[in-house]
Amino acid sequence: MNRVILIKYGELTTKKGNRKLFINTLYSNILKKLKGLNVNIYRDMSRMYIEYLDKDQDLILKNIGEIFGIHAYSIAYKCDSNLDSIKETISMVIKDNLDNKNYTFKVETKRSDKRFEPNSIECNSIFGGHILKNFKNLKVNVHDYDILVHVEIRNDSSYVYLNEYKGLGGYPVGTLGKCLAMLSGGIDSPVASYLALKRGIKLDLVYFEAIPHTSLEARRKVINLARKLYPYAGDMKLIIVPFTKLQEAIYKNCLENYSITIMRRMMFRIMEKLTRKYKALGIVNGESVGQVASQTLTSMNVINSVTNLPILRPVACFDKLEIIEIAKKIDTYDISILPYEDCCTIFVPKHPIINPRLDTCLEMEKKFDYEEMIDEILNNLQVINIDNSKDEDYQDIL
Amino acid sequence: MVYLDYSATTPVNKEVLNSFNKAVLEYPGNANSLHSLGTKSLHLLEAATRQVADLMGVNKEEVIFTSGASEANNLAIMGVINKYKNRGRHILTTKLEHSSILETLNYLEKEGYIIDYLKLDDKGHIDITDLKSKINDDTILVTISEVSSELGIVQDIKKLGEILKDYPRVIFHVDGTQAVGKIKVNLDNVDLYSFSSHKIYGLNGVGCLIKKRHIELEPIIHGGKSQTIYRSGTPTHALCASFAKALKLVLENYEEKFEHVLKLNQKIRKNLETMNDVVINSPIDSIPHILNISIKGIKPETMLHALAESDIYISTKTACANDASMSLGVFEVTKDKERAKSSLRISLSYLTTNEEIDYFLETFKSKLKELSFRKGE
Repeated sequence: MNRVILIKYGELTTKKGNRKLFINTLYSNILKKLKGLNVNIYRDMSRMYIEYLDKDQDLILKNIGEIFGIHAYSIAYKCDSNLDSIKETISMVIKDNLDNKNYTFKVETKRSDKRFEPNSIECNSIFGGHILKNFKNLKVNVHDYDILVHVEIRNDSSYVYLNEYKGLGGYPVGTLGKCLAMLSGGIDSPVASYLALKRGIKLDLVYFEAIPHTSLEARRKVINLARKLYPYAGDMKLIIVPFTKLQEAIYKNCLENYSITIMRRMMFRIMEKLTRKYKALGIVNGESVGQVASQTLTSMNVINSVTNLPILRPVACFDKLEIIEIAKKIDTYDISILPYEDCCTIFVPKHPIINPRLDTCLEMEKKFDYEEMIDEILNNLQVINIDNSKDEDYQDIL
Repeated sequence: MVYLDYSATTPVNKEVLNSFNKAVLEYPGNANSLHSLGTKSLHLLEAATRQVADLMGVNKEEVIFTSGASEANNLAIMGVINKYKNRGRHILTTKLEHSSILETLNYLEKEGYIIDYLKLDDKGHIDITDLKSKINDDTILVTISEVSSELGIVQDIKKLGEILKDYPRVIFHVDGTQAVGKIKVNLDNVDLYSFSSHKIYGLNGVGCLIKKRHIELEPIIHGGKSQTIYRSGTPTHALCASFAKALKLVLENYEEKFEHVLKLNQKIRKNLETMNDVVINSPIDSIPHILNISIKGIKPETMLHALAESDIYISTKTACANDASMSLGVFEVTKDKERAKSSLRISLSYLTTNEEIDYFLETFKSKLKELSFRKGE
């Protein structure tokens, strides 16, 4: 039997004008994701189909479950679009997937080819009758059913399937351009990045590093977080910003309670230059309103005033527990809670200001030539490619 | 040579040594160095850590490499009592423990800690009722060995851990030095777990403490972050890699290996039981790898040296506690001072052959005769 994985598009079905772009992006994302596997992918305006080798089925299902822009997917049996062939296939699907226990069922037929006769409602009763006749353990109940038998009749072929897996939804990554996401190593920023990806935004990642105040482990932690995002994001750059000198200058020249505020302002100044350099359209970060002193609305105002770029804060209005729930789902939580300091946790003032004043910031920033330092920083960036290259396996040693 | 002292140390598996050599030569950097050579070593260390974690069924972050099991035991005990000193000063253990546990506890006793020894049944198993009755509000730690090094007595750590779950303030440390690689180990209900490389055909000088996530420790070796924040010192990445390799190899077909050792053990027991003046101290359900015996009237050292003359190597008490005092563990189980003073340990391996055992039994018998004769004179 010819089995395929049938993919239903996510929210993108509503975007009429851009539908083609979305489908093409999804198509190329799936292709990239299944690279190396023997698959054949074909598509129309409402479905995508993957032909595959049986041995790869689990791997493919897992991979499809990590792609944004998919509403649902299922293992469908493909057959010719005629009643006999469909009936035969329905029998086969039931035999392959159900045991002999008693179940109730409902048939749901969809015709994309409206020329196909009989119509969908008539088809439902024809196929239902076929099932009742052949499977004594199955009974119809269209309101409260255990099994939903999907039949999709399309132009040249038809598809029958029972179970449907829920996709991640969202838009295919890349359909909405690129942003730079600030990744600190904490719990919030990987979740914010994930949520941005979900809306179809391609990401490169930015990590502010203050060696020796932060350790190399902190960097590796961020790399590991980036790797956790990789299955959803595809290839990304991780841009490492050498922040030490500037950060030290801040603590030398500014009031202690303003240090975080000024530091965040500097970060956004750098982010703005980086977005230009890396041709991104905005910034993503993990700020959550009220969580820390720099995340009050007053602080955000003062900090945000250094840039006109859109700053997406996907978790701005999430409770910490809601963020943690997603972090656990995407498996970043355990890495995030490793106890390494990052730029935001070193030199933390005892009493960071909750309601900073813009004029005070400007005054303090006059005391040192941060522009020059930022230029130096931009000349000394390190970039790590986050791709599917695996760690060495050390087979000869371990 | 017939080596029957595998519980003291094991011969290094050649594959393990090859791993070590390769790692030492090809990864010369200090894993703590920030440059790429250091990072390369660090990545090897990480991979080794991951492998140990996977094989032990824990998380990578829960693996702390040490210099051996003695250090791991010290880190477990001292780390806990220093971290949780406000919780209490009462520690529970047994008389079967290795000296790296008992001596550490003796030291703590002088510092004002209260050390209580759990009652054992006639097979050396911990008396559960006694355990429950001895735990009080002041108890911070229970430390026991999964397999006792002198007698091979196996404690059901899964069950004990289950019981200790009812006392969330009590931390459960298990010394698994003699268990890993010999029996199936399950760390689900354990907070801390020590073991060592040179008991599993790996190199001497590296060991491990598994520390579950919810437990914190105060380091005993300070010096900043290394492989973990709990143990400083330049990470011995090549040793750790060889340890990971040794662990992988020793766990291969361990059931078959166990069966083989069990047969050898039964053979020795059957023969020794027929000999006059020889008594077997290891309870019948002990691990087959360890057989503790006593010979009435003959100093254990005398027999040890007599056998060594014929190129057979066994040990008195454990190699780590080789003074003349009697064996606490043997006394605890047998309640017999004579037996406790004259105990010998024969320890077997999957490498031990039937021929070796035949030669041992034959030689043992004749030496016994010889020495008994002298005793008679």
